[in-house]
Amino acid sequence: MKQPDIAPIEQRTEAVKDALLDKGLITGADIERFAHMPEDWKPENGAKVVARAWTDPAYKQRLLDDATSACAELGYQGPQGEYIVALEETPERHNVIVCTQCSCTAWPVLGLPPDWYKSPEYRARVVREPRRVLSEMGLQLSEDVAVRVWETSAETRYMVLPQRPPGTEHYTEEALAALVSREVLIGVAMIENPAEKSE
Amino acid sequence: MDGIHDLGGMQGFGEVSVEADEPIFHEPWQATAFALMFASQVVIRSHNVDEYRHSIERMNPAHYLQADYYERVLTGTASLLVEKGHLSAADLAARAGGPFPLSRPVAPSPMVDLAPQLEPRFNVGDRVRVLPIAPAGHVRAPRFCRGHLGTVLHRAPKFSFPDAAAHDGPRRKEHTYHVEFAAQDLWPGEGASNDSVVVDLWDSYLEPANR
Repeated sequence: MKQPDIAPIEQRTEAVKDALLDKGLITGADIERFAHMPEDWKPENGAKVVARAWTDPAYKQRLLDDATSACAELGYQGPQGEYIVALEETPERHNVIVCTQCSCTAWPVLGLPPDWYKSPEYRARVVREPRRVLSEMGLQLSEDVAVRVWETSAETRYMVLPQRPPGTEHYTEEALAALVSREVLIGVAMIENPAEKSE
Repeated sequence: MDGIHDLGGMQGFGEVSVEADEPIFHEPWQATAFALMFASQVVIRSHNVDEYRHSIERMNPAHYLQADYYERVLTGTASLLVEKGHLSAADLAARAGGPFPLSRPVAPSPMVDLAPQLEPRFNVGDRVRVLPIAPAGHVRAPRFCRGHLGTVLHRAPKFSFPDAAAHDGPRRKEHTYHVEFAAQDLWPGEGASNDSVVVDLWDSYLEPANR
């Protein structure tokens, strides 16, 4: 099973690129376009979806009924966003997302996945010992809260709709969105309570 | 295939390490690898997404675990470009200035015989069992849920059946279902009694629980 000394990954990547360019199968413009495409996909998009759902009950209902359309309403659609489902957090249930077989993610609203989400550690362990993994990541859950782990190897792409923290009644939509991180949208972190933070 | 990629429930891994404010790409080559993956499917139309996912599953397991995510992306893409006749392995190694490991070949009989299910057979609340299948090719029913009983929470739209799309089988679209499995059933005695795992499964992978 020992790996032979292999060419550095930078050189292997250039080899594929140059071979395809030399054969005229792709152009430099194709590479530029696809290399920059992920810049439009970011967790700030998902955060804006959450903030809208917190401030507009009709939008929240549309998000829970048909998240694909509700995200598209705000302009968030595209590859790996063909069928999005929003998972509502409640005081009784916590949701967390994983792709055990590769690294599927709702790109338009979560962005390309971070390294930890793609790691064998997360993919292997979070389905089997979610509370321990979440606790190691800084999220302690009460025994009373049920944990649902959502495996996303098929074509549904998920996002977590967290609970709106208390003490944010006067927040603008923009300020609310700023509370929601990528880790919150995947379900491995809770929103820091702004009320507790200021004390 | 019961490969290294099917990691769910595997033991022996350590803590998850989170990097604060992680960039989209850490290195320029990663953006290039991502672009090559996309261009191969969208511009060259060399292969489809299911063939692509399977090409990564076919990596040497030791290489798979050591490789960064974008190295897996590049290895799978390059393997298919060679297998489909667009590029040659010797040319890639020459250009790279050293060995360029590619994925292992597709298994001789990669699919198991599953009856196509063009009409949805299940409804929310139904109890279903995942068939105890173990095809040598691409399959999206994770090992940890095969043979287990679960409850349908939701019926999703129809999507291309991945096993067939990856292996030139008869193409078809089937509904998928969000099926909830009790953690205590998947791993008896380990998890909390109120924990569960929901897996998104194609109709063909399932049978009624009362059968």
